[in-house]
Amino acid sequence: MTAAADTPAAWGGVRRLLVWVTGVRYILVSFIVLFVVWEIGVRVFAVPTYLLPPPSLVWLEFTERWLHVLKHTWVTAEEIVVGYVIAVVVSIPMAIAIAYSRVVERTAYPLIVFLQIVPKIAIAPLFIIWFGFGFTPKLLLVFLLSFFPIVVASIAGFKSIDEETMELARSTGAGTWMIFRKIRLPHAMPSIFTGLKVAAALSSTAAVVAEFVASDKGLGYLLLQYNGDLQTPMVFATIIVLSIVGLIVYYAVELIERLVIPWHVSQRVDGAGMGMV
Amino acid sequence: MRHGEHPSGAADPAAPDGPSAGRVGTEIRVSALSKVFRGGQSETRALDLVDLEIGAGEFTAIVGPSGCGKSTLMRLIAGLLPATTGEVSIGGQDVSGPHTNLGIVFQKPILLEWRNVLKNVLLQTEMRHRNDPDLVDRARALLAVVGLAGFEDRYPHELSGGMQQRVAIVRALIHDPPLLLMDEPFGALDALTREQMRIDLEELWLASRQTVVFITHSIDEAVLLADRVVVMSPRPGRVERIVDIDLPRPRGLAARKHPRFTEPVDMITEIFLARGVLHSGRQGPKLAAT
Ligand SMILES: Nc1ncnc2c1ncn2[C@@H]1O[C@H](COP(=O)(O)OP(=O)(O)OP(=O)(O)O)[C@@H](O)[C@H]1O
Ligand SMILES: [Mg+2]
Repeated sequence: MTAAADTPAAWGGVRRLLVWVTGVRYILVSFIVLFVVWEIGVRVFAVPTYLLPPPSLVWLEFTERWLHVLKHTWVTAEEIVVGYVIAVVVSIPMAIAIAYSRVVERTAYPLIVFLQIVPKIAIAPLFIIWFGFGFTPKLLLVFLLSFFPIVVASIAGFKSIDEETMELARSTGAGTWMIFRKIRLPHAMPSIFTGLKVAAALSSTAAVVAEFVASDKGLGYLLLQYNGDLQTPMVFATIIVLSIVGLIVYYAVELIERLVIPWHVSQRVDGAGMGMV
Repeated sequence: MRHGEHPSGAADPAAPDGPSAGRVGTEIRVSALSKVFRGGQSETRALDLVDLEIGAGEFTAIVGPSGCGKSTLMRLIAGLLPATTGEVSIGGQDVSGPHTNLGIVFQKPILLEWRNVLKNVLLQTEMRHRNDPDLVDRARALLAVVGLAGFEDRYPHELSGGMQQRVAIVRALIHDPPLLLMDEPFGALDALTREQMRIDLEELWLASRQTVVFITHSIDEAVLLADRVVVMSPRPGRVERIVDIDLPRPRGLAARKHPRFTEPVDMITEIFLARGVLHSGRQGPKLAAT
């Protein structure tokens, strides 16, 4: 910590990059080891491909059908992004309303706490009855699963401000809007981003589950199809693509976090910040 | 001042009407002020019928044992807490909500972690819709006075507790308020920095003569800084005695040897001894029940 404080900003950046590269290198090594062991294991023990295909075969089959997979990936990605964005747009203003208004808090907050406990995935079949097989039920499930983590974390962020900071603000005579903009919003930001990241991780799960229930396109649909046909190499390929989509969403949010609240991210870097990579 | 420059004065961009004009209308009158905190079944009487008058431009120190209600008194004067009974007025006007024509140093630094040192200081003026570019120079000059030159771009988590508190002091001074409320502002400082800050604060005050309410645990500090020392009793806080200090200013390092320093210090110590706040070790445990 002391060393970091004494080095110029440029060095801090270089050091952080080095830490990151080191982290990535370890992960790369562990993945390579995993794939090599997997490949050799499958061949040595002559495991049938429909049970566990070697990674080389997964790759081979994927290269033949990648365009098809990509088409379905696009469908799922759209469900994730649209559902997630709507969740963000609805939940943050709602958190602000709850944090600022006693009436809204008394009425909406208990409801949110109750609904949060309901297993949202169980509602998915109901959505099919209500909204059919198209885009809407998937979007709704993504929305629903993303909404609660964001709203709960944001409320915590807006409310956790300590009394003394508010006293300082009031002693300046600043109005509500000024206090919101300069103090409460920035104070809530780290908490909001915690919620945003949890929601990002959940959103791809939500899209796939919704597609499992009923659909004729998307990665969830594709997964079920390949599974039914015992095309196990393609099942693996689809799962990997799905994971990559999830990772991209997650890291997109983390990148935005780095841009919006660099002061918070930089405080974490020396400690647990790299744990997620 | 350590660095020869003077951040406040006639040419001061932040002073609304020059150094002395802003000081009128800052006299404080506290009458029969009581504060009771209620929480569940428990009830804490923090202040009990406090009467106090502080003249404009006067430097008043408040000393008293921990928990006697000093911080509560400051919040009541600032209008940040409602009184249970009694009244506070500043400049003849009843305080019924936050009084804003002042600068406050709280017991904790309360810096915003997303703002660097300079921006934390400028929060004060931004919140007051004052964006005069000269304020940046004034902030830098004041930071230099408290020994923080070169730290303008650092973030709070990169500073020691004492440095953070010095930023908070500058934040309370940046808009050149006619009234300063300071709650143990030097509490987190080491003895050396504390002595230096004491000398610097007196110098700043001599130049701009704000009305100052300065809360401290240190009897020495109170006597060295104040025109009058308000001695408070243990909880529920009452005004036990008001001691006038008649030491010539500026009171540099030598003032500690002055008989008019040692006399009031002994006197206040006696009061605390009599009230059981202090006890001499030889006589065995004689701690008053609290
Ligand atoms: N918000 C609050 N709610 C309930 N009780 C409070 C509150 N603020 C202060 N008190 C109580 O009031 C009494 C006086 O507190 P206060 O902070 O004013 O003391 P103090 O003289 O500033 O003490 P210290 O020197 O330790 O800072 C204490 O007993 C404290 O527990
Ligand atoms: Mg206190």
